[in-house]
Amino acid sequence: MIEVSNLSKTYKTGKETVTALSNINLSIRKGDIFGIIGFSGAGKSTLIRCLNRLEEPDTGRIVIGDTVITDLDDKELRLARRKIGMIFQHFNLLDSQTVFQNVAFPLSVAGHPKPYIREKVRALLALVGLEDKENVYPSMLSGGQKQRVGIARALVNDPDVLLSDEATSSLDPQTTYSILELLQDINAKLNLTIVLITHELDVLQHVCDRMAVIEYGSIAETGTVDKLFLQPESHTARRFVSIIDYYRDKRSIIEGFGAGI
Amino acid sequence: MRDDLLDLLWEGLKETLYMVAWSSVFALLIGIALGVTLVVTERNGILAAPTLNKIIGTLINGVRSLPFIILIVLLLPVARFVVGTSLGPTAAIVSLSIGAAPFLGRIIENSLKEVSSGKIEAAKAMGATPWTIIFRVLIPEALPALVRGITIAVIAITEFTAVAGAIGAGGLGSLAIRFGYQRFRVDILIATVIVIIALVQLIQFSGDGVARSILRRRRQL
Repeated sequence: MIEVSNLSKTYKTGKETVTALSNINLSIRKGDIFGIIGFSGAGKSTLIRCLNRLEEPDTGRIVIGDTVITDLDDKELRLARRKIGMIFQHFNLLDSQTVFQNVAFPLSVAGHPKPYIREKVRALLALVGLEDKENVYPSMLSGGQKQRVGIARALVNDPDVLLSDEATSSLDPQTTYSILELLQDINAKLNLTIVLITHELDVLQHVCDRMAVIEYGSIAETGTVDKLFLQPESHTARRFVSIIDYYRDKRSIIEGFGAGI
Repeated sequence: MRDDLLDLLWEGLKETLYMVAWSSVFALLIGIALGVTLVVTERNGILAAPTLNKIIGTLINGVRSLPFIILIVLLLPVARFVVGTSLGPTAAIVSLSIGAAPFLGRIIENSLKEVSSGKIEAAKAMGATPWTIIFRVLIPEALPALVRGITIAVIAITEFTAVAGAIGAGGLGSLAIRFGYQRFRVDILIATVIVIIALVQLIQFSGDGVARSILRRRRQL
C-alpha cells in the first residue's frame, strides 16, 4: 500500500546542515495499523510529514496505492492529498467554524454539492460519536472530542490512508485509550491503512500490527509489535522495553515480599 | 454665535467622517492586499517568494518612516492626478489612503501571523489551494485580531485627517487650526477637540464590540 524507498531529508539551519532522515526504506501493507516509534528528535514527525509532502523530501520515492507521491506536481498533489487523511497532536481545528463546518471543510474544498456534504458529515460525526455537537464551536470541546472531530474531518473524503502525527500525545491516558479504540474501529470497518507515529510504547502495543523503530533519522528495525517486545534489536527499542522490564521486575520483587506499594 | 459654532462643527464633522470612512475603506483594501502578500510570500509561506517579500517590506518601511505631513505633500501630485485637485477632503482621501495603507498592511500581517501554522498545515494536508487557505483559514481565524488592529488603524486615520486639515483638507482638524489657532477662537478649539475625542472613543468602542461579538459567537470569550 505504501512504499518508501531511499528517502532522505536534510535541513539547513544557517550554515549547518542537519540530517533529519537518511535512506529510509519502508513497506506498509494495506489495512495495517503501522506504528513508527522513536524518541524526540529521531525524525518520526519528519518522516510522516514526508508521506503527504508537507515536508519535501530531498531524495527518494514514495508510492501510496498506485500514486507515486514524489512525482506529483502541485495540482496533482492537492488531489492526491484528499485521499490521505491526517490527524495532529494539536488537532488543528478551525476556531472560526463549527464542528459541522470543520468536518465539511475538505468536502467543500473538493467542491461537493451541499446535500452530499450534509449527509456525509453527519455520517462521520455519528461514526466518531459526536452527532449532538454539530453546531458547537471547537473551543467548547474537550481534547478527546476535538480529536474526534479531527478524525471525522480526516475521513470525510474516504481516504485510503490515515496519517496520525502524535494524535494522542496531548491527551490523558483514558482519552488516549478511547481514541485508539476509535482508530481500531475505523481500521476494521473501513479497511483503512493507518500510519501513526508515537513516542508512547503503550500506543504501539494497543493498536499496531507492525512497527518500525526510528533512530537518528534511520530505520533501526521493523517487524511485528511482538518482535519488538520479545527480541528488541535496536538501542531505542531496548531502551523502550527496558522501562517495562524494570517495572515488571520491581513488581515481582515487591509481590515476592508480599507487600503492597 | 452658538448657532454658528454648531454649524461649523457639524460641517467639520461631516467632512472628517467622509474622509475617515473612504480613506479607511481604500487603505483597508490596499492594506489587506499588502498584509496577506507579506504573510504568504514569507520564506516558509504558502506562496513563498522571499525576494518579493523583501521588496514589499522595504517599500512599506520607507513610506512608514516619513512623517505623515511630508507624505501628504509628496502625494499632492498623485491626488491631483486622481481627483483633479490637491485641495479639499476628496483630495485628502487619496493621500490618507496611500499614507495609511502600509500601516494597515503591517497590522494585518501581524494579525495573520498569529494563526497557528498547524491550522494552515492541516488545510494543506486536506488539499486546499493557497487561495482557499487565505480566505477560509487565515482571514477567518485571525478575524478578531484583525478587527482590533483595523480599529487602531481607523483611529490613526482620524488623527491623520486632523493633520491633513492643516494643509487644506478640511474637516475638524482644519477647523481647529483655522479658527482655534489662527483666529484665537478658544471655544472652537475646545469644541473641536471634544468632538474628535468623542469620535475616537466611538470608533474604539465599536471595534471592541465587533471583536467581542465574534469571539462570543465562537465561545472563545
